[in-house]
Amino acid sequence: MLHPAIEVTDLAKHFGSIIAVDDVSFSVSAGSTTALLGGNGAGKTTTISMILGLLLPTNGTVSVLGEDVLRHRYRVLPRMNFSSPYVDLPRRLTAAQNLKIYARLYGLPNIRQRLREVAAAFDLGDFMDRQVASLSAGQKSRVALAKALINTPDLLLLDEPTASLDPDTADWVRGYLKNYQTATGATILLASHNMGEVERMCDDVIMMRAGRIVDRGSPPELIDRYGRTNMEEVFLDIARGREQDGDWSSATQ
Amino acid sequence: MNTEARLSIRGQAPAIVRRNPPFSPGRIGAMVLRYVYLIRGSWPRIVELAYWPTMQMILWGFITQFLIGHSNFIAQAFGILLSGVLLWDVLFRGQLGVSMSFLEEMWSRNLGHLFVSPLRPYEMLVSMMVVSLIRTLIGLIPASLLAMMFFGFSLYSLGIPLIGFFFNLIVMGWSIGFMASGLILRAGLGAESMAWAAIFAIAPICGIYYPITVLPNWLQTVAFFLPASHVFEGMRAILVDGAFRPDLMINAALLNVVFLGVGMAVFLAFFRSARINGVILQVGE
Repeated sequence: MLHPAIEVTDLAKHFGSIIAVDDVSFSVSAGSTTALLGGNGAGKTTTISMILGLLLPTNGTVSVLGEDVLRHRYRVLPRMNFSSPYVDLPRRLTAAQNLKIYARLYGLPNIRQRLREVAAAFDLGDFMDRQVASLSAGQKSRVALAKALINTPDLLLLDEPTASLDPDTADWVRGYLKNYQTATGATILLASHNMGEVERMCDDVIMMRAGRIVDRGSPPELIDRYGRTNMEEVFLDIARGREQDGDWSSATQ
Repeated sequence: MNTEARLSIRGQAPAIVRRNPPFSPGRIGAMVLRYVYLIRGSWPRIVELAYWPTMQMILWGFITQFLIGHSNFIAQAFGILLSGVLLWDVLFRGQLGVSMSFLEEMWSRNLGHLFVSPLRPYEMLVSMMVVSLIRTLIGLIPASLLAMMFFGFSLYSLGIPLIGFFFNLIVMGWSIGFMASGLILRAGLGAESMAWAAIFAIAPICGIYYPITVLPNWLQTVAFFLPASHVFEGMRAILVDGAFRPDLMINAALLNVVFLGVGMAVFLAFFRSARINGVILQVGE
């Protein structure tokens, strides 16, 4: 029997009196693309940080690719990767230097070949030898995604993967990630404020508000349940506290 | 995007080998390479590494030349101040080399990427030590060669013990650098002045330019617990008395075992605290 790619149980994070994540449980099926949605301060980034092991929970457990992240984080880190607009690559290094360093950190066997592959895949050829500081936002995002895929991860966590990208580049990134997942069977968990992106990419959506999961389902299910025409309207309903009754909790089992 | 690029997902990538030993020279090498790229990519950085030690050496060289006619102590042991300033720089640059490497990651907001890779925190510490060693040598070697040219004084006249002095001082510098880096990680870039200031807290106590006996009794007790005090006393024993004091070298080495252990433990404790308080993804300019 296949493990879920991610299994979160009774996860909580308190910062003093502030409850950032409040007793959250969910699982993410292997090979799926799941969105973690919610307004600012809903607890998405905190949850992703705990899944990555960058943040230690106050309570609860996180299992990733069958390993307990709190106890055996280093067993699973080589099989996952991450990208976020809140984390940068060293700006004074070139794109190629950055990718080479991360290829080494992940212990890849044939680094030159892998760099050629990601350069071709992300069309980095023109600026591989330029400092990251001199790149446009779109070019930086492509380098960051190339870094996130350098180790061909089985689990990819993406925090707002298309933030600050123009529509053409954002569309290309979405298409690329979808193709990557189809080709590799990888699992993708993404946090996004772009509801069109969620409708296009995701099989499953977990809605958070004030540190709790308030709804869950596929985009068509949620749109149908809320009697809306798109995910943006569903998002607004949930963000404003107008959840519909639904048996979403069964989806966490 | 071209069509070919759009279609290339994994390319012809071979199966990814996910070797993940608990201690990897490859990962340490990757981090050293990261800092070498940074230093190599900016000639002002390389010049700056050699600039300050050289300026200090020239300043103290002229002070020595002035004092030599006014002080029997200096006249008896020409080079005592120059040796002090050059060896002090090993301690200072050793600490700065560690702290600056860590600050580079914070300034570039790269810690989140590094610590979701298989890199262990202690591997990062080892890479910072290697980079600190490189940076310190880049600063020390030109300054020591210029001391020969300008003042006819060779630091290398200290002989084989110089190797012991060098490593004892740089290890102590690393230890303080780890503590300062951990504090900066936990407290944020508001505490970045610690990277420069931390080492100066011990400068008056460790007898760089004067014997420890000059200090009040209670400060002499504090000085006894600093590896650098034993190094500078040992240096003076060679230059003034012409005698190597193995007891001082051993004291410094034993104290450094404790210092390095405590420095690493403090950094790792602050790192864990940063994971509890959620600052790793938040740090940056």
